[in-house]
Amino acid sequence: MLKILKYSFYDLMRSRWSYVYFAFYLLLGIVLLFLNNDLSKAVITLMNVIIVIVPLIGTIFGVMYYYNSKEFTELLLAQPLKRSSIFLGQYLGVAISLSMSLILGLGLPFVFYGLFKSNAIWDFSLLLVTGTFLTFIFTALAFNIALSNENKIKGFGYAILLWLFLAIIYDGLFLMSLILFEDYPLDKLSLFGTMLNPIDLSRTLILLKLDISALLGYTGAVFKKFFGTDFGLILSLLMLTVWVILPVLRITHKSKKKDF
Amino acid sequence: MVSIQNLHKKFNKNIVLNGVNLDINEGGIFAVLGPNGSGKTTLIKSILGMVIPNKGVINVLGENIKNNSSYRNKIDYLPQIANFPSNLKVKELIKMIKDLRTDTNADERLIQLFKLEPFLDKKLGNLSGGTKQKVNIILTFMFDSPLIILDEPTTGLDPISLIRLKELIQEEKSKGKTILITSHIMSFVEEVSDEIVFLLEGEIYFKGTISELKAKTNQPDFEHAIASILTDNHA
Repeated sequence: MLKILKYSFYDLMRSRWSYVYFAFYLLLGIVLLFLNNDLSKAVITLMNVIIVIVPLIGTIFGVMYYYNSKEFTELLLAQPLKRSSIFLGQYLGVAISLSMSLILGLGLPFVFYGLFKSNAIWDFSLLLVTGTFLTFIFTALAFNIALSNENKIKGFGYAILLWLFLAIIYDGLFLMSLILFEDYPLDKLSLFGTMLNPIDLSRTLILLKLDISALLGYTGAVFKKFFGTDFGLILSLLMLTVWVILPVLRITHKSKKKDF
Repeated sequence: MVSIQNLHKKFNKNIVLNGVNLDINEGGIFAVLGPNGSGKTTLIKSILGMVIPNKGVINVLGENIKNNSSYRNKIDYLPQIANFPSNLKVKELIKMIKDLRTDTNADERLIQLFKLEPFLDKKLGNLSGGTKQKVNIILTFMFDSPLIILDEPTTGLDPISLIRLKELIQEEKSKGKTILITSHIMSFVEEVSDEIVFLLEGEIYFKGTISELKAKTNQPDFEHAIASILTDNHA
């Protein structure tokens, strides 16, 4: 698996898109810091951007990489390699290179700005951890979609729909259900609803850490009331881990049964 | 060498292999023939584990191939359409495949044989079909495995390369290897193969030598013998 990972990673590092993605974060970090002049405010703005953009990039890159490397995959399948190591190697190659673009792209401007002397360092690190989680989650989901769809256009379509659903539509539905059923106790439902969406979960996680009640929203408040800040943090990190593990398990399962 | 028992495979509702039983003994060149869509490639891909059969058992060199990947160390496979990652250089691809399998020096001789030196630093996406096929052949023949599977090996090759390929196949045969070939070029099949396996509608219609086939169909030459099977079964 490590060899496949090495080649996938190497392949991606040579591709233009990794640099575009890296440059985008670099620019974002610089602009935010020097226009804002306030580290903790920059972190909040960054959170809003990361929570939407990272899943989108993870999804699109994952699907694109899978379809583009089809030939490479077929070449590998005839070699004495396990299927699971071929696909996990490719998945990790994509997820790690995307995470690196994110961490380096955002990290560098913040380090130069004097992050290590500031007390926003933990908030910022948590932001990067969450971003990395989201990259791993959405790349895995994208691989799942691509593995299940031979047709490229369909695969892309489903991937975009998934992102749109989790990033935007889900919140709307969630809010509507809260309004519709406002006569009932909704704490449990809203907790459950948050856990089922990695994007919501990440937002709650970061806001719990930043401890900004105004932005916490209903679910965040429930989360805080139910679990307290520390336990809430641990629980949401655990849930994010589950969100990585489940799709990855499905990748290995699905790839074992697929015909090429 | 390879034994296949009761192999079934369908893609959605399309039945491609319908109870194939096949034993391939060690040593010699076997040609798998059949009309388009008769399941040749599916059969070969099943042996390689790229297609997962619905039913049936495949043993390669005494090992059941189900959920197994190490047996592919003993197979060299030449895929039908040479699709390679297009942004890789020829040299890098050869190095990568060696890294994934075992190190070998045989590629140098093969590169000379097929005159590929000027292309080593070119990207695979910029190569012509025939040149890609030559790269494909090098990747296949540079390892010294007891079983060689060639899916349409002649595609796109010029006459000189074709002669080299035939020599190469004979050379491997003389080492006692088993070689499995599919091809639509009947003259090529007649020239190289010791035994043929004829697939028709997902089943094995005939297995034996070319002279046995001629006798069975009452035809004087090989090409007409094959044609007569097809017309008899489609008329």
